[in-house]
Amino acid sequence: MGGNEAGRPKLAVEGATKFYDTKSGPLHALDNFSIDVRDGEFVCVVGPSGCGKTTLLWSMAGLHSLTSGQVLLDGEVVNGPHPQIGMVFQEANLLPWRSLIRNIHLPFEIKGKQPDANWITHLLERVGLGGFEHKYPRELSGGMQQRASIVRALSFNPSVLLMDEPFGALDAFTRDEMNMMVEQIWLETRKTIVFITHNIAEAVFLSDRIFVMSARPGRLARTFEVPYARPRTLDVMAERDFFEMVNEIKAEIHHGTPAAQTPAAGGQQTVRAHG
Amino acid sequence: MADAHLKDEIPDFQKQPGAAVDQSVGVTNWSALTSGPGRRTAMEIVAIILVAVVIIGGAEVLIDVFDVEQYVLPRPSEIVTALVSDFGLIWPHLLDTLFELFSGYAIGASIGIILAAVITQFPFAEKIIAPYILLLITTPMLALVPLLMYNMGFGYGPRITVVALASGPMVMINAATGFRRTDLAKIALARSFGASTLQIFLKIRIPMAMPMIIVGLMIGAIFGLLTAVGAEMVGGGFGLGNRLQVFAANIQMPQFFAVVLVLAILGILIYVGFFLIGKKWASWQS
Repeated sequence: MGGNEAGRPKLAVEGATKFYDTKSGPLHALDNFSIDVRDGEFVCVVGPSGCGKTTLLWSMAGLHSLTSGQVLLDGEVVNGPHPQIGMVFQEANLLPWRSLIRNIHLPFEIKGKQPDANWITHLLERVGLGGFEHKYPRELSGGMQQRASIVRALSFNPSVLLMDEPFGALDAFTRDEMNMMVEQIWLETRKTIVFITHNIAEAVFLSDRIFVMSARPGRLARTFEVPYARPRTLDVMAERDFFEMVNEIKAEIHHGTPAAQTPAAGGQQTVRAHG
Repeated sequence: MADAHLKDEIPDFQKQPGAAVDQSVGVTNWSALTSGPGRRTAMEIVAIILVAVVIIGGAEVLIDVFDVEQYVLPRPSEIVTALVSDFGLIWPHLLDTLFELFSGYAIGASIGIILAAVITQFPFAEKIIAPYILLLITTPMLALVPLLMYNMGFGYGPRITVVALASGPMVMINAATGFRRTDLAKIALARSFGASTLQIFLKIRIPMAMPMIIVGLMIGAIFGLLTAVGAEMVGGGFGLGNRLQVFAANIQMPQFFAVVLVLAILGILIYVGFFLIGKKWASWQS
């Protein structure tokens, strides 16, 4: 796969720094964070709660502006939502007043385009939601809702998929199932995927590379290469070096934690969110 | 624009998607009206009918046994007879009342919804206006009727005006509660597809506000009915409220209660109508 023209990264974050304005003063969420993601690469970003993972992803999606630094997609600055970027949110984020199929049609309604019915049907069949088109979100399980939201993000065929802790609310078995499914979809479509999680085993299972973030303000602490061949099976998770890598990443995260535990008093509660 | 980055909200998902509903609506939380005790079984429906039969039959018997005068309390059978036989006398006045209600309500409710939609986009303006809206709700608009009649005469004018004044703020304050609901993640979702502010409003904010808008419309309609009848009792020679006055003055108690019955049916129809609308358009919330 390795990069498009002249080895230019598909997606690059350069010196991303972000402050939020809170009642107790500016909150430093991201600090000079830089990463490159190759075309068709699957990377995960892991880090402790509240380290700015979501801030990073929302900035990459053009939903947030950066205080300084920039995000480049195919060498061009991202300064707003981009049609080549699909986003999968925490907790599925389906609209409860719309049926599944109308949820999937939302991006097309907004863009004023005709939905690609064949592609959507294919995706729905692919994730096992064929026949559920007219169900409402409340009638679907958490796993099914999240699968629907993945279909929604892929429906307009973006080249980059940003996934913000998509499976955080699911139970362990469903999560394993979803991880297998995501890997397969990635192998079929070869999207560039940036996946945020605080589940390290999930990150190791899915990624080509893992970026470990420090506690707030989020900095790039370390990058891990994951060597396992594709497609991976859940058996990988039982191997010794898998455990070792998980433990090493864990140590890296904990190692970084104490230093960052001293923010201004008020800031602490405001950012209880997942990363 | 230089400080645009500071205006972003911290992505916080404490609020679950379904739980993003603000239940702390305070004085305007009338959601009990729309919820009800749930689906009833056949036996419960039979019991409800049985209670009605016992009360109505009991009244009939007791009035007979104690020989209560008709001007004190007419028998249920006399009321129904009066309603049927004198419906020709009541009917034109029912149309008058409905006309006042619909016109006043249409004006008040549309202004209320539009104002709610606009004002919630400007938190500062909203804070300034909120106490005055509350004042409109807490002041009985009926108090203005004599003044309005002095200025506008005894026709439809003052009644329609006062219905609009009574229903509008009710609709507005509830709709505003709906529009104030912000679900950061859902708005971000729409934005990630490149949605404009108008599209976010149409596809996210309005559907999200819909349950509260419907509650507001229901309460506004019921308040409108109350106010229309009240205004008719103050002055003018037509309308159901006026008939109440006339029949009471003539000691035509069966006819009087027949009008009360018509008003009760009107109120129930308003409730059932909005209940069904809520079921269709806001059932996703429960």
